[in-house]
Amino acid sequence: MDFSVSDILRSHNLACIRGDKPIFSGLEFELPPGRALVLRGANGSGKSSLMKIIAGLLSAEQGRLSLNGEEVLGDKDWISRNICYLAHKNGMKPEMTVAENLRFWAGMEHHDGDIRKEAEKIGIDHCLDLPVCYLSSGQARRAALTRVLCHPGRIWLLDEPTVGLDAAGVALLAGLMNHHLERGGRILAATHIELGLNAAKSSILNVSDYAFRLTPAFDEEPLC
Amino acid sequence: MLKLALMIIARDVRLSMRHGSASTLVVGFFIMVVTMFPFAIGPEQNILQRISVGVIWVAALLSCLLSLDRMFQTDYEDGSLDQFVLSPVPLELVVVAKCIAHWLTTSLPLIAIAPLLGVMMNLPAEGFLPLIYVMLLGTPALSFIGGIGASLTVTLRRGGVLLSLLILPLYIPVLIFGVLAVKATIGGYPAMAHIMLLCGFTLFSAAIAPWAAAAAIRSGLQ
Repeated sequence: MDFSVSDILRSHNLACIRGDKPIFSGLEFELPPGRALVLRGANGSGKSSLMKIIAGLLSAEQGRLSLNGEEVLGDKDWISRNICYLAHKNGMKPEMTVAENLRFWAGMEHHDGDIRKEAEKIGIDHCLDLPVCYLSSGQARRAALTRVLCHPGRIWLLDEPTVGLDAAGVALLAGLMNHHLERGGRILAATHIELGLNAAKSSILNVSDYAFRLTPAFDEEPLC
Repeated sequence: MLKLALMIIARDVRLSMRHGSASTLVVGFFIMVVTMFPFAIGPEQNILQRISVGVIWVAALLSCLLSLDRMFQTDYEDGSLDQFVLSPVPLELVVVAKCIAHWLTTSLPLIAIAPLLGVMMNLPAEGFLPLIYVMLLGTPALSFIGGIGASLTVTLRRGGVLLSLLILPLYIPVLIFGVLAVKATIGGYPAMAHIMLLCGFTLFSAAIAPWAAAAAIRSGLQ
């Protein structure tokens, strides 16, 4: 699969407020095809919120997100075609088997990727017929990553993709992410550990740098 | 589009079957509530006969509430709801499919067991078929209206009680016309007006629930 899009995904002056608390403001980034942007920052700095804004699950307080000059923020049609979002939660039904879950999402997301082949790549193919509730958290994460691999979207939003993965899993994922970059895909990943991405193709965005600060006391309020 | 809706319905029905307890619990609750009435009111046959239709309907409404809070809650908790919002499938379609799945797993078992409870409540013989028909026409409204309530409370941790308070008043039209329709048939009066009003309410709820619930979910996820 090759991606032909050659334009840059750009954010302009993005700001996010959760409840009454400003999370970040003036956030700018550029994400050309074939590049990865690694989001870093302290807990609560807004990494997940930024991803949810891009995925259209949260509305930004202000700012724009444009691709090739076109506004794409909250554009449901564009999002469903281009964005593959892996949240903290795996989106898998514990009562159903891994294969049933993946087939269901394949139907919902209109693709017919070879589930077994993709599962092999992340080393979960031996568990395809097991209910998700029997899996360990690392295995469940691998199952959720299989959905990402099957997904037709070319922009991956991965929120802490390595949670629960063992060292071998992290290495496998790094290989798969680098492969995705090589074929022109984009990755936005929030993480606290080293993902093993090709350094020439990835840059780091520290979300904490854009923290909205009024007074020191303001910062100490709990998030919710 | 239809295929996607069928997939979601099949998934939810399958989940409910695997979970096992959900439908059984609802039917058990339904039987228990109706059974309480002969104990409380006494075995006078004519009194039981008079209240039978009403009691069965009220018990059906309450049982329906039991499983409502899980309609979107489990999907919210395991992250599936986010994926539904992101997927190319319109959220409105997801809501319709989930309401239909709720009806299949909750109301249909209730309707199946209702004649048995009719016997216990001394329902007149000519009332059994009308009871089933009218319940078939009226209970979809319970799932659709319930879907709105469930979507409003999806992000609340203990939304169950709030959900009941929100939804039960909206169930009153179903109760009124459902009971009247069955009673009119038993009494030999024309029941068509009640049945048509009941159907109208069901269609109305089916028409507004998808939009209302989808909007509630979108703002709830914020």
